[in-house]
Amino acid sequence: MNGPEIGLAVSVFLACTVEAVEALTIVLAVGTTRSWSSAMSGVGAAAVALAAIVAALGPALTALPIDLLRVLVGGLLLIFGLQWLRKAILRAAGLKAKHDEQQIFEEERRAAAAAGKAAGFDGYTFTIAFKGVLLEGLELAFIVLTFGANQHRVALAAAAAGLAVLLVVLGGVAARAPLARVPENTMKFAVGVMLSSFGMFWGTEGAGAGWPGGDAALLVIVPLVLAAAIALVRAVPRTDTPSETARIGA
Amino acid sequence: MRHLEAFLAGAWELVVGDDWRSAVGVVLALALTAVLATTSIAAWWVMPVAVALLLCISIRRAARDGSHAPEPPS
Repeated sequence: MNGPEIGLAVSVFLACTVEAVEALTIVLAVGTTRSWSSAMSGVGAAAVALAAIVAALGPALTALPIDLLRVLVGGLLLIFGLQWLRKAILRAAGLKAKHDEQQIFEEERRAAAAAGKAAGFDGYTFTIAFKGVLLEGLELAFIVLTFGANQHRVALAAAAAGLAVLLVVLGGVAARAPLARVPENTMKFAVGVMLSSFGMFWGTEGAGAGWPGGDAALLVIVPLVLAAAIALVRAVPRTDTPSETARIGA
Repeated sequence: MRHLEAFLAGAWELVVGDDWRSAVGVVLALALTAVLATTSIAAWWVMPVAVALLLCISIRRAARDGSHAPEPPS
């Protein structure tokens, strides 16, 4: 694997781990509180829908001319990545609540317990599990498609996503609890940096400009974006105690 | 029609989120890059400068608007 392909695999793996942890929390909450069979039906239906989306859009995207693909997908990836990075910086600065899987798990479990229970197939559990996996999975599908299509390595991106999901599911089965110890907020910060860096790189190339040093420019872009993000965390006035990300930057 | 609207709203929320100004800035920066790329002037620096500015403006706006009440997670 070359540098951009390693970057692709790492970015997709981190992003997918974060999203899979969030989906796992929702499925665990409704599964343990109400019905495992209905929860797993919801997960299965969402997985089929996501696989269909990737299978349909992947070949369509890779059929586009490379410059059009790069400017289109690079631009979308940059807009998407800036959104992740902005939220990550705000979390690290204490201006946005951090993801707390244990808290989300308890809230979902309370809501599941309070909802009326039907005999047989549990529609509530199916719907919550389906929506949770589908909504978290759509972000995964977007990242897999944009990263994979840009380098014509959709299979590599899908494999990295699959490995992340597998590890999270195994972790959830072993722990039988939400994976609250996964450093989710720090991982989101890293993913925001990677998405923004790759989006900027591909968008510029797609618009017809060449980077000095070609692909090696990524080795400068990624650290610079990371440094800028850490500088912004430090520059924003804090409203609570320093976060994981801020400590890493220290 | 309602399904199409829901789909477009979902796609907008997924990609752009709550800061449309940054999205517009990215599109304008890409357009400027494309224009400069047709000239003899180097164009690769446009996106890094644009991203730095957009991120600073976006964070500054969010810090100003939400400094008293942390936003919920999303």
